[in-house]
Amino acid sequence: MATENKTAELTELEQFRKEHGLAIHEERQLTTLNLGPTHPATHGIFQNILQMDGEIIVDAVPTIGYIHRAFEKIAERRPFYQITPLTDRMNYCSAPINNMGYHMTVEKLLGITVPKRAQYIRVIMMELARISDHLICNSILGVDSGAFTGFLYVMQEREHIYDIYEEVCGARLTTNMGRIGGMERDLSPKALHMIDEFLKRFPKVWAEFEKMMTRNRIFMDRTTGVGAISAERALSYGFTGPNLRAAGVDYDVRVMNPYSSYEDFEFEIPVGSKGDTYDRFLVRNEEVWQSLKIIEQAYKNLPEGSYHADAPHYYLPPKQAVYTSMEALIYHFKIVMGETDAPVGEVYHSVEGGNGELGFYLISDGGRTPYRLHFRRPCFIYYQAYTEMIKGGQLADAILTLSSLNVIAGELDA
Amino acid sequence: MELTHENVLGKIISTFGEENIWDAFNPDGILTITTNRETIHDLIKYLRDDKELQISFLTTMCGIHFPGQGDKELCLMYQLHSLRHNYRIRIKVFMPASDPVMPTMTDLYATANWMEREAFDFYGFKFTGHPNLTRILNIEEMEYHPMLKQYPLEDQTREDKINTYFGR
Repeated sequence: MATENKTAELTELEQFRKEHGLAIHEERQLTTLNLGPTHPATHGIFQNILQMDGEIIVDAVPTIGYIHRAFEKIAERRPFYQITPLTDRMNYCSAPINNMGYHMTVEKLLGITVPKRAQYIRVIMMELARISDHLICNSILGVDSGAFTGFLYVMQEREHIYDIYEEVCGARLTTNMGRIGGMERDLSPKALHMIDEFLKRFPKVWAEFEKMMTRNRIFMDRTTGVGAISAERALSYGFTGPNLRAAGVDYDVRVMNPYSSYEDFEFEIPVGSKGDTYDRFLVRNEEVWQSLKIIEQAYKNLPEGSYHADAPHYYLPPKQAVYTSMEALIYHFKIVMGETDAPVGEVYHSVEGGNGELGFYLISDGGRTPYRLHFRRPCFIYYQAYTEMIKGGQLADAILTLSSLNVIAGELDA
Repeated sequence: MELTHENVLGKIISTFGEENIWDAFNPDGILTITTNRETIHDLIKYLRDDKELQISFLTTMCGIHFPGQGDKELCLMYQLHSLRHNYRIRIKVFMPASDPVMPTMTDLYATANWMEREAFDFYGFKFTGHPNLTRILNIEEMEYHPMLKQYPLEDQTREDKINTYFGR
């Protein structure tokens, strides 16, 4: 009986190999290894069925969609302002970038111009989000190569960033920050103080983290030349963001198509040369310094003025006005019930997300909801190169490659 | 050469002919053109390989469904980007829902692989020549393509949610 079962299993395995085009090399004794979906080393729900020759990966079949939540379908039934919380849950490591990218898309459709102050506040929040995103990615890379200390140390700083979010919008992880037309409230004196404190404290922390990792012999040995991809292949695979820049292409949406006043700030775009795990680490490290520089400039030059656009049809009035003024009550009701129709149009807007070009393609047929909203999710697009990047390498390197790509399951599956 | 909507459109039309390129407009600063499925593969290859244009980055691709439009019921949108000139272009192909067949772009762009699988998964586009056209985000046992407009989001048999209360 036991033997029979074993044969049945084997054929099933062979069947799988055949279906996925995994070659069967009888003479090499390959092992099929199931990495994931919930492997502790993959930081998210990814399944990779690996064909192994000892420690060497011969082939891999990735399966995605474990946390697919049909955001594009849900968005077709929701009024515009209710879609922001969906975008939080894509790249949850840098939720404010997603929120504001979406708001800017809708503003482009509605033709709303946001005041300078709101734009600068957005820049500050987006760059804080970028720091928290890169900080997770780089410190997790340390954990995966055996260095836990750096992770715990900088995680504390992420908490401080989350405290700032909390002060600005009331939430920490899934922020739902800002509104269509600007921010929902001005930066409070406390928030300004917290940003100031952060700017003073964080450089020391990050310098220490860098000192521990960058020229660390063990870390360099583990990451140099691991999971490399050439600029040409990276472009063909649609890479954007730090992963593309690590391969040597200086494409950054913030510079090429400036949005939200990015043209006012001075910063540099770090690029790598080899596109390997170490380069991706270095590019992210440097980007954190550049983000700090941007925050500093925006904080120092924060313009006076309103923190939201004058767009009563789309921007919720202050709650106290709702109880005392007729117009505010009507606008409030219409916005909350989703009774406001958007104009007919078709827009694409992209922002530089934590992992690359985060694009929103929005078609409106003049109704209360988008007719079609498509998210260009950088993780989804570049994760398909993963197979190519780990082939021929070792299993331990595959783990490092995955963390250095910073694939976020929420953004991958949307 | 500075790329403008006029000279890009002129170059495309002079190469592919007016009968294959139509409905050029500019909804949001991005040149949007419509073509047919016989031309689309050659057009994207031309945009990629032409020395002056160098529109060689496939930004995104997605399906759109317009029920009740007959021969133009399904639409596939490609958006390309020239990183050299910072110029974006959007190309649409319309087709009837009964015949959603498109040529694959996987031979031109490696990234088209999963994008096309996504379009197949959600809209049922069949890409001829795709190496592995299977569902990507939904379960393999699913029998329909869920982003088509005839599949409602919510369970229609529920009685505890009355549409008029929610402005639907």
